[in-house]
Amino acid sequence: MGVAMIEAEGLGKNFDGFLAVDDVTLEVNAGEVVALLGPNGAGKTTTVRMLASLLRPTRGRARVAGFDVEASPTQVRQRLGLLTEHHGLYTRMRATEYLVFFGRAYGLSPATLRRRCEAWMETFGLAQDAARRLGEYSKGMRQKLALVRALLHEPPVLLLDEPTSAMDPASAHQVRQSIRLLRSEQRAILICTHNLMEAEALADRIAIIRAGRLAAVGTVDELKRTFLGEPLMEIRLAQAVDGAAGLLPPHAVAIASGPNWLRYRTGDPESVNPQVLLAFAGAGLRVVTLSPVERSLEEVYLKAVGAPAEISP
Amino acid sequence: MERVAARGMLGGAWIVASREIRDQLRDWRILAPIGLLTLFFPLLMNFTASTAVDFVNRYGAPIVADRLIPFLLMVVGFFPISISLVIALESFAGERERLSLEPLLATPLSDGELYLGKMLASLAAPLGAAYLGIGVYLAGLVLRLNWSPPPVLLIQVFLLTTAQAVVMVAGAVVISSLTTSVRAANLLASFIIIPVAQLIIGESLIMFWGRYSVLWWIVLGLGLMAVLLVRSGLQLFDREELLGREMDVLDFRWAWRTFRLSFLDEATSVSGWYAGLFRRTLPRLRTVLFLLAVALAGAYLVGVSFASDWPMPAAMLEFENVGSTLRANFEAFGIMSGAGWWWVLIHNVQAVLLASLLGGFTFGIVAVVLIMAPVGIVGYFAGNLAAAGEPVLRYLAALVLPHALLEIPAALLAGAAILRLGLVAVSPAGGRTLGSAWLTALAEWARVMVGLVIPLLAVAAAIEVFATPRLAVLILSGG
Repeated sequence: MGVAMIEAEGLGKNFDGFLAVDDVTLEVNAGEVVALLGPNGAGKTTTVRMLASLLRPTRGRARVAGFDVEASPTQVRQRLGLLTEHHGLYTRMRATEYLVFFGRAYGLSPATLRRRCEAWMETFGLAQDAARRLGEYSKGMRQKLALVRALLHEPPVLLLDEPTSAMDPASAHQVRQSIRLLRSEQRAILICTHNLMEAEALADRIAIIRAGRLAAVGTVDELKRTFLGEPLMEIRLAQAVDGAAGLLPPHAVAIASGPNWLRYRTGDPESVNPQVLLAFAGAGLRVVTLSPVERSLEEVYLKAVGAPAEISP
Repeated sequence: MERVAARGMLGGAWIVASREIRDQLRDWRILAPIGLLTLFFPLLMNFTASTAVDFVNRYGAPIVADRLIPFLLMVVGFFPISISLVIALESFAGERERLSLEPLLATPLSDGELYLGKMLASLAAPLGAAYLGIGVYLAGLVLRLNWSPPPVLLIQVFLLTTAQAVVMVAGAVVISSLTTSVRAANLLASFIIIPVAQLIIGESLIMFWGRYSVLWWIVLGLGLMAVLLVRSGLQLFDREELLGREMDVLDFRWAWRTFRLSFLDEATSVSGWYAGLFRRTLPRLRTVLFLLAVALAGAYLVGVSFASDWPMPAAMLEFENVGSTLRANFEAFGIMSGAGWWWVLIHNVQAVLLASLLGGFTFGIVAVVLIMAPVGIVGYFAGNLAAAGEPVLRYLAALVLPHALLEIPAALLAGAAILRLGLVAVSPAGGRTLGSAWLTALAEWARVMVGLVIPLLAVAAAIEVFATPRLAVLILSGG
C-alpha cells in the first residue's frame, strides 16, 4: 500500500448551524483511486473544498501530501490538482493563454509550462484547438481543458469532481484512461461522481457519503458483501430436479430455486463451489453453468444512502 | 528578504491583473466608454474651456476662466476612473456568478495577491485612460489657448485622480468580495458613489474658490482612506466567505442573538454587567482611549495656534461686565431649569449618535474629528483670551471645567467605542465574519454608551445647567 496522501480524521463542517459534513474519516493512498459517492447535498463538494484548503473545517483535521489543510494552505494547494464541479473557464481567453495563466499561478517556468501544455493538450485531443477562444469550446472540450488545468503542475494529489460529466463516450473513455495512467504514476486521486459504473470501473475503493456522514468505505466487493450479503451463486442444471438444495455442502445456504436452477449464498465461493460441483456430479446431475449472480454498485449505493430501490407505480 | 517578499506579492498580483487587463481589452463594453472618455470627452472639455474663456473675457471676468480650466482638468481625469468602480464591483462577484472563482481560489496565490491583483486590474485601464485624457485635454489647451497648468496643480490633479481611483477601487473590491452577486455589489456601491460625489462637489468648490493648497489635505485624506481600505480589503478577504456563502440573506434573529449575547456579556445582574464593563470592555479600549486623549490635547493646541493666525475681533473679547451679562443671558434663555437640562442632554446624546453613525462609515475618522472639534474650539477661545491678556484658567474654570470634567471622559469613552466600531473592518476579526465582528463591536459600543457615556452626559448636563452658570457668574463677577 502506498503512502497516505489524503488523510481526513473526524472532518466536519458546520455552516451557521447547518452540519454539512460530520465526522468524515478517510484516507487515499498514493497510487489509489477512491470514488466519493453520495446524493446531491450529501457533503461531497464541501469535503473536497475542505481538502483543497478552500473551506476551514469546523472539527477534525485533514492533511494533504503531508500538509495540514488549515495550517499550510499554500503548500496544500501547490500539491493539489482540483477539477471543480463547474469548470468556469474564462471564455474570452484562448486555451493556451488560459493554461499559461494557471501555470504561472502555480509558479511553473515558461519552458516547463509550454512543454506540459503541449503534452496534455495532445493527450486530451485538444492540440488542434489550442488557439481557439474558450467560448467556442464544446462542453466536453471545456471539461477536458479544466482537467488539463488541474494536471498542469503535476500534483501528487488530485481531487476530481465529476471528471467525465459532460463528455461523449469516447472522450469519457479517454479521460478514464488518463486517470488510470495517473494512478500508475502513484498519484492519489479522489473522484466525486454520480456515475456508478465509472466509479466501479476506476476506483480501488468507494466511499459513500450520506447527510454529511460516511455511510460506507471499502472496495466494491467489500461493500457488496456488507450491504448485499455474501456472494450469491447460481447453478443451472441440464434437467429439472427436486430437492437439489439438499445436495449443498454445509457452508452454502440455499436462497431460491426453480425447476432446473438453484441460488445459494456462500462466504467462501473458492472452496464451496468445487464441493457443490462434486456433490451434483456425484448425484448424477449435469451442471450447465455455475456463476455468481451479478450485483451492481447501484444496489449497494441505494442501500447505503437509504433510498428506495424501486419506484412504485 | 522584505524586498523579495514584496516583489513576490506584486508578482503574484500581476499574474492575476495581467489576465484581467487582457480580458478587459477584449471587451468592447469597457473599451468603448474608455475610448470615448479618453479622446472625445477631453476634446469637448477643450471646446468648453475655450468657449468659456472667450465668453467671460468679453465681459471682463477672466477669473471665471482661470478657475474653470483647472476644474475641467480634474473632471477630465475623474470621468474615466469612474469606470474602475464598475470593473472593481464585478471583480469577485462576477467571477462568482460565472463560476470561475473556485479554480482561481484553488491556486497557491495568496489572499493578498488575489486582492491586489483584482485591484490592479480594476485600476490599470481606467487610470491609464484618465492620464491619457488629461494629456489630451492639456495638449488641446496648449494648442488652442496657449495655457499650461502650474506644475504643482498638475501634480495635485494627478495625485487626486490616482487617490480617488484607489479609494473607489479598494472599496469596490471589498464590496465585491463580500457579496454574492454583481447586482448586490452594484446596490452597495452607493456607499462609495455618494461620498465620492460629495467629495467631487467639495473639490469643485475648492477649485472655484482658488484655494488649491486645500487640495493637498484632500490628497492626504484620500491617501489615508486608501491605505485603510486596502488594509480592510486584505483583512476581510476570505476564500471561505467567497465560496461558502450562497445568499445575501439578512438573518435578524441571528443578528439579534449575537448582539444580545455580546451586550449582556453573560451577566445576570446589573452589578455583574457593570463588573464586566469595567473588567473586560474598558481594558480593551485602553489603547484607543490613550490615543484619543492625545488627539484631544492636540486639538486643543491646534485651536490655540489658530488663535494667533485668525484672531477673534477685539469687540468679542470685551469682558468688563461679563458676569452680569452672563446672568442676564441665563435668565433670559431660562436655561437653568429641568427643560434646559433635558435640552443639553439630548443635544449631547444626539451629537454622540451622529458621530457614531458617521464614524461607522469612515473607519471612525469622522467621529474622532467631530469629538476633537469642540476641544479645538475651546483651545481657539483660550488662545484668543491669552492673546488679549485675559486669565485663561479663570475663564476655563468658570465656563467649561465644571461640566467638562465629566463631558470629556464621556467623549473619550464614546470616541473610543466608535473608533473600535469603525475599525472592525480593518482590524483582524479573529476568524469571524465581518457581520459577526461588527455586531460584537456594536454591542460593545452600546455597553459603553448605556453604561457610562449617557449617565456621564446626564450628570454633566445637570452640572452645566445648574452649577456652571452659577459658578461662571460667581467667578467672572469677581465674587
